[in-house]
Amino acid sequence: MSEAIEASTTRATEPDRLAARARRSRWLPVLLSPVGAGAGIGLFLLLILAVFGPAVWRKRAEQADVAHMLQGPSAAHWAGTDNLGRDLFARVMVATRLSVELALTATVIAVVAGFCLGAAGFVLGRRANRAVAAVVNVAVAFPGILLALFFAVIFGVGAKGAVLAIGFAGAPAFARLTQTLVAGVEKRDFVAAAHVAGIGRPRVLLRHVLPNIAEPLIVNATIGAGGAFLSFASLSFLGLGVQAPRYDWGRLLGDGLTGIYTQPVAALAPGIAVILAGLAFNLFGEALAKGVGVTATINRPIRGRIRPPVGVPAAPDRPAGAEVTGEADDVLSVQGLTVSFASAAGRVHPVRGVDFRLGRGEAVGIVGESGSGKSLTALAIAQLIEPPGQVRAGQLRFLGHDLLAEPAHRNRRLLGTSLALVFQDPMTSFNPTRRIGSQLAEVGRRHGGLSRRAAAARVVDRLRSVRVPAAERRARQYPHEYSGGMRQRAMIGMGLMGSPALIIADEPTTALDVTVQRQVLDLLQSIRAADGVSLLLISHDIAVVGQVCDRVLVMYAGRIIEELPASALARDSRHPYTRALIAAVPHMQTDRDRPLAVIPGRAPDPAEVPPGCAFAPRCPLASEQCRSSEPPLLADAQGRRVACWHADQVTAGQAGPTIGTPNGARA
Amino acid sequence: MSELRFDDVRIHYGSRRHGLPAVQGVDLSVPSGQIVGLVGESGSGKSSLARAAVGLEPLSGGQILLDGRPIPRRGRNRPVQLVFQDPYSSLDPRLTIGASIAETLPRGTGRSGRRAEVNRLLELVELDPALAAGYPARLSGGQRQRVALARALAARPEVIIADEITSALDVSVQGTVLNLVRSLQAELGTSMLFISHNLAVVRYLATQLAVMYLGRIVEQGPTEAVLRDPQHPYTRDLLASVPELGGVRVEPVAAGPAEADPPDPHQPPPGCPYHPRCPIGPLVRPERELCRTSRPEPVHRHQAACHFAGAANAQPLSVLTGGDRRESA
Repeated sequence: MSEAIEASTTRATEPDRLAARARRSRWLPVLLSPVGAGAGIGLFLLLILAVFGPAVWRKRAEQADVAHMLQGPSAAHWAGTDNLGRDLFARVMVATRLSVELALTATVIAVVAGFCLGAAGFVLGRRANRAVAAVVNVAVAFPGILLALFFAVIFGVGAKGAVLAIGFAGAPAFARLTQTLVAGVEKRDFVAAAHVAGIGRPRVLLRHVLPNIAEPLIVNATIGAGGAFLSFASLSFLGLGVQAPRYDWGRLLGDGLTGIYTQPVAALAPGIAVILAGLAFNLFGEALAKGVGVTATINRPIRGRIRPPVGVPAAPDRPAGAEVTGEADDVLSVQGLTVSFASAAGRVHPVRGVDFRLGRGEAVGIVGESGSGKSLTALAIAQLIEPPGQVRAGQLRFLGHDLLAEPAHRNRRLLGTSLALVFQDPMTSFNPTRRIGSQLAEVGRRHGGLSRRAAAARVVDRLRSVRVPAAERRARQYPHEYSGGMRQRAMIGMGLMGSPALIIADEPTTALDVTVQRQVLDLLQSIRAADGVSLLLISHDIAVVGQVCDRVLVMYAGRIIEELPASALARDSRHPYTRALIAAVPHMQTDRDRPLAVIPGRAPDPAEVPPGCAFAPRCPLASEQCRSSEPPLLADAQGRRVACWHADQVTAGQAGPTIGTPNGARA
Repeated sequence: MSELRFDDVRIHYGSRRHGLPAVQGVDLSVPSGQIVGLVGESGSGKSSLARAAVGLEPLSGGQILLDGRPIPRRGRNRPVQLVFQDPYSSLDPRLTIGASIAETLPRGTGRSGRRAEVNRLLELVELDPALAAGYPARLSGGQRQRVALARALAARPEVIIADEITSALDVSVQGTVLNLVRSLQAELGTSMLFISHNLAVVRYLATQLAVMYLGRIVEQGPTEAVLRDPQHPYTRDLLASVPELGGVRVEPVAAGPAEADPPDPHQPPPGCPYHPRCPIGPLVRPERELCRTSRPEPVHRHQAACHFAGAANAQPLSVLTGGDRRESA
C-alpha cells in the first residue's frame, strides 16, 4: 500500500473512532452515575452470589439439626434456623441461584415471546398486523398477576409452571413495546430500501429493525427482570411456585411467614433479598434508560422561548465599533457576534465574529452551506439561543435598543412586537391542537394589548394581508388544514400581528414547491415595500437570496466572508467561495454538455476549523499565506466587504478561476 | 436494453370512497438508455409512481412493464432500483456502509467477490473504498447519497428511479451528485426516471420531460422542446417560478389565480384539475366554462392535457421567451 492510501485511510478512520467513542460513551456515563454505579455493583454481587453461593453454603443450608429448631438469630445462625434446624442465612444465600435463574428465564421468555408477538405483524403483513395488535391490546388490559395465576393453573404447580406463567404474563407488555418501536423504524427509508433489494421480511426484521430497537428493549428487559423477582416471590408465597425440597426466596418467605410473630427474621431475610435483587435490576434499568434517553436528545435543534442572553462585552480581539459604523436609522446593528456551545472537546464556536447592519426597509440575505452558522446568527439576534449556548457580541442593537444591556422582559416585549420570525417548517412553529386564528390572536393580545374582539378582527385583517383566501373561515381552521405555503403565510401573518420593523426568515421556502416558493417570496417583497419592513432572509440557495435581497452576506465556517449588493452577485463577486457557490447552482441556461461546477471537499466542522482561511483547503487560489493567517473582512470604497487574500486576483480574471473539476471532487 | 413503461397506472390509498387517488391513469415510458425527468409539486403523485415501480405500493389499476413484461416482485435480483430522497433515512445506521451495499448484490456472490464488488462500486461513485468498514453516521449528505447510488447499482439494475435525490442536499453538494448521476448513466447506459421539483436540475439531466399535476401527466416530450415551447399553462407556471440569479426573472403570465391554494388531492376538482389555478382558465376568462366541466385529453402537442393548449399560448407565451432571448444574447 502506498503512503497516500494509508494516509487517506487514517483520515477516514479518525471520525470513525470518534463515532465509536461516542457510542461507547453512551453506556459509560450510565455506569459512572451514582445510581448506575450502585445498581451495577449490586448486580455484580448478586451474580457472584448466584454462581458461588451454593458451593459455599450448601452444606450448612441442608444440614438438619433437630436440637436447634426454630431458633432466633444468634452468632452461629445469623438469621436463625427453620423447623428442621437448618441455618436460614445459608439457605437464603443458596436460594440466590435458583431465584436469579428463575427470574432471568422468565424475563427471557417474556422478551422473546413479546418480541415474536409484536414483530409478527411486521413479518406477516398489514392485515395480520391489525389482528396481532388487537390480541396484544386485549392481553395488555389484563393485570399481570391475574395472567400469571391463569398460566400457573394451566402449566401446573412447580418451578417450571411458575417460570412459564411469569414469562408469558410479561409478554404482552413487551409485545406492545416491540410493536410501537417497530412501527417507528418500519417507516424509515432503509427498510423500504431493503424491501426493494428483495430481502425477505424475516431477514429485514433481524438485520435492520432489531438492531435499531434493541436499546429500549434491553433497558425494559432489565427493569422487567427486577419485577420478575417480586412476581416469583408472590407465586411461591401462594404455594404456586417452587415446591419442596427445592427452595427459592419466595418459598423461604412463605415458610418464614407462618412464624412471623415469634420469629420475624425468618421471613425478613428472604424478603430483604428479594427487595435488594429487584432494586438492583430496576435501578440499573432506570439508569440505562436515562443514559440512553439523554444522549438521544442532545442533538435536538435549539428552538424555544426567548431567554436572556449571556451578555458579555466585546470579544477580546475585536475593538468595538471598528468596522461597522452604526447609523441612526439602523434597524439592526451587529458587531463581533459569536455563538458558542460547550462540547466534549471544549467550547465550539459555530459563529465566530459576525458584523453587519440592516437599514430600515432594507432586505439583506445571508447565504451559506449547512453548518456555516447562518441560522445560529439569526437565532442569536432573536435572543433564542438557550444555555448551554452562549451569545457574545460587541454590539447587538435592535431599533436603537441594546439587547445585551437591557433586562430580558423588556427585550421580550420589544422583540415580541417589532420582530417577526419565519422558520423553515411552519408545522413545528404552530401548536397543532389550536386554531390558527386563536394562535395569532394571542400574539395581538399579549404584545399588542388588544381586546379579544379587536384581536380577532386584526387576525382576519392580517391573514388577508398575507393573501390567505377566505380569511375569516381559515382563521377557524387548525394548522393541519393548511397547505405548506398557506401555513408559511399564516406564520408571516403572525409576525405582522404587531408592527414589525424586521422580519427574519430562516429558509422560509426550502420546504415548499417552486410555484409556492415564488408566491411566498413575492409576499415578503410586497410586505417590505408596503410597510417599510426590513428583511433578513437566510437561505442556502443563493438564487433565492439574490432574487429578493438588496445586499447579500456570504457566510462560511461561522464568519462573513463577503458582503456585496445582490445585483453584483452574478458577475462581480470577489471571494472564490461566493463565485463557486454561484457557479454550482444549475439554472435554465446551464450548458448541458459540460459537467456542473462543484466545490470540492466539505465545509469544516465547527469544532475543527483550520487555521488561516477556513476555505483554503477547498480553494483553488489558496497560498501559504491563506493556510497560515486568516484574512480580515475588509471594506472597499463602495462599502463591499471581502475576506480573501486573493480578492483582487479573482476580480482581475473576468471569468474567474475554474473552481472544482467534477472528477476531483469528493463532496 | 430495457424500457420501463407505465401503462394507465392508478394508485389509490385508503378506502375506495374516502381514500386518496394519488395517481390517476399515468402513461409514461422511460426509453432504453435514456433519462426521463418527472417534475411536479408535492402531492402530485411523483413519489407514489416511483414506489409503485419498485413494488412498495400496490397498483389499483393499470400495469408497469419492463420490456413488455411485468417486473418481478419476489426474490433477489430486482431489475428496477430506487434511490430515496432522504439520505439520512435511507441508510441503516447500525449497518456498515459495505454491508449496506453488499445486501443488494445478486445472490451467489462469494465473500471475497462481495468485498471486491463493494470496493468497485464505491470507486464507481467516487468514494474511498476504505469507507466500507465505517458506519453512515460519519458521512455527509452528499456522501450518503453516493452510497445509496452504489447500493442501487449493486443490484445491476436495468432501470434506476431517482426520487428527489438532491433535494435534501446543499446546492454546493448537489452538483457533484448530479455530475455523478450523469457520468454513471452515460457509462452504464442504465435507463433512468429522474424525479425532481427543480426544473433546472431536470433540464440538465433529462432528455425527456414529463410534467405531473394532481396524479396525471399534463405534458410530456423532449426536454428541449417542452421547455422552449411549453403547451400547458402549469408547465409555464413552473418555468416562471425557477429562481434566476441576477435579478432577471420571468414574470408569471397572470398572478391572480396562481395565488390559490394547491387543490386538495382527496377531492380533485371536476373538469380540468388545474382550472382553479389556471391563468388562462375560467377564473381569468369566464367564457372558458368548458374547463370546469370536462377533463382535457392529452391530445395536443407534447401530449398536453389542456383544452386551450394550442390556442392560448400565442399571446401569453411571448412573455416567457425572455429565457431564450438571454440565451441568444
